[in-house]
Amino acid sequence: MAVAAVGAAFVLLPLVAMVTRVNWAEFVPLVTSESSLDALGLSLRTSLTATALCVLLGVPMAVVLARTEFWGQRILRSLVLLPLVLPPVVGGIALLYTFGRRGLLGQSFEALGVTVAFSTTAVVIAQTFVALPFLVLSLEGALRAVGTRYEAVGATLGARPTTVLRRITLPLVVPALVSGAVLSFARALGEFGATLAFAGSLQGVTRTLPLEIYLQRETDPDAAVALSLVLVVVAVVVVAAAHQAGRSGGARLRGPS
Amino acid sequence: MSLEFSAQVGVRGFDVSLPVAAGETVAVLGPNGAGKSTLLTVLAGLLRPDSGRAVLGDRVLFDLGTGGRGRWLPPHERGVSMLAQDALLFPHLSALENVAFGPRSRGVPRAEARRRATAWLERVGVSELAARRPAEISGGQAQRVAVARALASEPELLLLDEPLAALDVSAAPAVRRMLRDVLADRTALVVTHDILDAFTLADRVVVLEAGCVVDLGPTRDVLDRPRTRFAAGLAAVNLLIGTVTAAGVVRADIRMPPGEAAPDIRARFLGDLAAGDRAGVCIRPSAVSVSVAHPTDADAAPIHSGPRDPALTHPRAADPEQTMLPVTVTDLEPRGDLVRVRAGDVAADVAPGRVADLDLAPGVHAWFGFAAADAIAYRL
Amino acid sequence: MLRTTRRRAVLAFAVLGAAAVVVLSGCAAGGAAQPAATVPGSEAPSASASGLDGLITVFAAASLKGTFTELADEFEAEHPGVSVELVFAGSSDLVTQITEGAPADVFASADERNMAKLVDEALITPDAPVDFATNVLQIAVPPTNPQGVETLADLAAAGVATVVCAPQVPCGAATAAVESAAGIDIAPVSEESSVTDVLGKVTSGEADAGLVYVTDVTAAGDAVRGIAFPESAEAVNVYPIAPVADGRNPEVAVAFIDFVTGSRGRAVLGAAGFGAAGTETAP
Repeated sequence: MAVAAVGAAFVLLPLVAMVTRVNWAEFVPLVTSESSLDALGLSLRTSLTATALCVLLGVPMAVVLARTEFWGQRILRSLVLLPLVLPPVVGGIALLYTFGRRGLLGQSFEALGVTVAFSTTAVVIAQTFVALPFLVLSLEGALRAVGTRYEAVGATLGARPTTVLRRITLPLVVPALVSGAVLSFARALGEFGATLAFAGSLQGVTRTLPLEIYLQRETDPDAAVALSLVLVVVAVVVVAAAHQAGRSGGARLRGPS
Repeated sequence: MSLEFSAQVGVRGFDVSLPVAAGETVAVLGPNGAGKSTLLTVLAGLLRPDSGRAVLGDRVLFDLGTGGRGRWLPPHERGVSMLAQDALLFPHLSALENVAFGPRSRGVPRAEARRRATAWLERVGVSELAARRPAEISGGQAQRVAVARALASEPELLLLDEPLAALDVSAAPAVRRMLRDVLADRTALVVTHDILDAFTLADRVVVLEAGCVVDLGPTRDVLDRPRTRFAAGLAAVNLLIGTVTAAGVVRADIRMPPGEAAPDIRARFLGDLAAGDRAGVCIRPSAVSVSVAHPTDADAAPIHSGPRDPALTHPRAADPEQTMLPVTVTDLEPRGDLVRVRAGDVAADVAPGRVADLDLAPGVHAWFGFAAADAIAYRL
Repeated sequence: MLRTTRRRAVLAFAVLGAAAVVVLSGCAAGGAAQPAATVPGSEAPSASASGLDGLITVFAAASLKGTFTELADEFEAEHPGVSVELVFAGSSDLVTQITEGAPADVFASADERNMAKLVDEALITPDAPVDFATNVLQIAVPPTNPQGVETLADLAAAGVATVVCAPQVPCGAATAAVESAAGIDIAPVSEESSVTDVLGKVTSGEADAGLVYVTDVTAAGDAVRGIAFPESAEAVNVYPIAPVADGRNPEVAVAFIDFVTGSRGRAVLGAAGFGAAGTETAP
């Protein structure tokens, strides 16, 4: 109990300390400056796009990992989860060597006239890279928990595998999908290291909220603190929404009890 | 649709061949681990056997040579529906949508699928639940919806895996009657542990043990003249197995102390039985009497039970029509107004008062006696 | 902890090396021909070599890490009784630390502004700071120079992906100064928050060019090519050094400053790309 209280204090105290440093008189002008609004808007846009990409790529990955068996699957799962444990800067460097102008894929993109470097696309790629494991992990766990019994019933009722996936498997894991997507969104929103190393920093194009905070810290600590608070509020709202979605989704499946 | 089935699954020691006639319902009996579920999952297409062949009507479900290569129809192309112990209704769909799932998956337009689903819900007696979610309906109702769902997909073969086992005793009889109605002229396999299911729902029974068919035949034959301890247990009759030594006499395969001969059972023979034939002898527990002293002792009065002809229940000592088996009581089990006295595999039903008079208890040596007229012998 | 250990080691060395001092001071005599120290109150290096001992702590700007590490080693070798402890960080962070009471004997800043802060705080006497090095911007391009950049104006050309420092950080301010001097407006693809990040974008080939300090180009070796440009003189970064007023070992502090500003210091700093102080203030 006491240890739990210490743990809670450990998480909450820094937030409280930050709030005490907010210059409230200047708060509104600080967070509504052009650069701040640009950063916030860019962060929301890129994070939403990254979340959509996570769902698009992560759902098939989770289904394959949870529902099939093949040689090297364990290794693949570990690799997929790698961005979770990798320092973001390392992720940024790895992305640079993949999508950068001299990277593995970047050269082909360049030949097609697509430049990833220093574009908003690069921000989205960096965010997707670090956020994808959250979605895959939560969805795969849910798929395993749900099991294959409903899917077997669906198949014996004459539903082909795609129908089973669309009408049974995915609806059953919607709560996990939502909470996984929200976690991915939160992770994308907070992405800093990989973006800095891979995408650069330019107002309105690649300078997301965390990068703006980092830069403002150099000259205007008040603005940095104010923007940090905005980021915290957005994160709290998102996590609360995820929790709510998970609960109502779970209740829908369990029914009133 | 008639079914021809034969499959082998090496790791489970499963090797079963089974024909099912069109419109016939076959009850699959057997102890746990006998291969009943394997049979169903192979038929449903959820488990691929090492080898075998199954044909439903004119559709080849699978035809696998050794090594498992060959034809293998995926579950959704088989026309085989499965109903499990749990209803397994899709929790995110209403009862109506659950039932409409099969027709929708086969390309039936939405409105028509809903119409069919409504009709099936009516047929199983739960049309008022159409809009409810599975979490909002009881176990018995859910199983009815599951039956409707399985049938709405118009399967050519219906597989039922202990469909009543998860229902409480008050809900089971009504669902059983409903199943009897809908299974009347369907090709179906019903895995069950309940002899009442077998009698109510099935035309024939197949008994599996250790992955093999050990008995197969019309329900009444198999359960009245069991060939296996399992079937005898299900039918709640005593089964003694032995060899015919003379007309009306079977020498039981009972291990005896050295120097003592195995007891001869005097029985009524069904069909042709000659000396040397292996035979089963079936005796209902209610036809077995219990005494604690050897009936040849002058003052020992054999104890009988059951509402039977007094002439048969008062055998004289050394009556050639009476079989006396020396036993050791292992268990006493109250059953309504009788007590089942068990001695190993053999049981006798006696009145509680007699149990008290004889001071029966586990470990007590006693005699089980029954008349030849009550012991039916048949060829194994 | 570190300090205690080092001091003990230094004492032991002083006892054992009593004879060696003579030999080593003979070596140092080679540097006796150096110009006299410009710090007031200092003595000639040859004179101080014989009597110096103790520990000094030098707070130096992060960009001086390579050069000051080398110079401190040489200084310790020259003065066996002396131990130099180095602390590197951003100049403004160091100012904060010294103001908060961190024990520093010498402060070497990457700009005059931060030095002025300590003078304002009366932690450094107003006439104490000496400019010992300068640093100017240079264009860094990948070794292949894919866009054929040769002049500052080329950076403003369409199709050249240029990365610079954000205006909020010192190197970004210098960038703005050279842009206005050249009368051009570079549209960067990225405004990084540190020179290191700018250089990283160029070495990885993501950017066609970047504006960094000449010392960064030198430190990067073959990874980038540096292109000097005349407008860089408009934004010369001057590095001042000074003894901290209440330092515990002013004698050694002054001797170290003399060493840095002396010929050996100039040689090491020059090799790293720093310019000599006082000669390039004129355009």
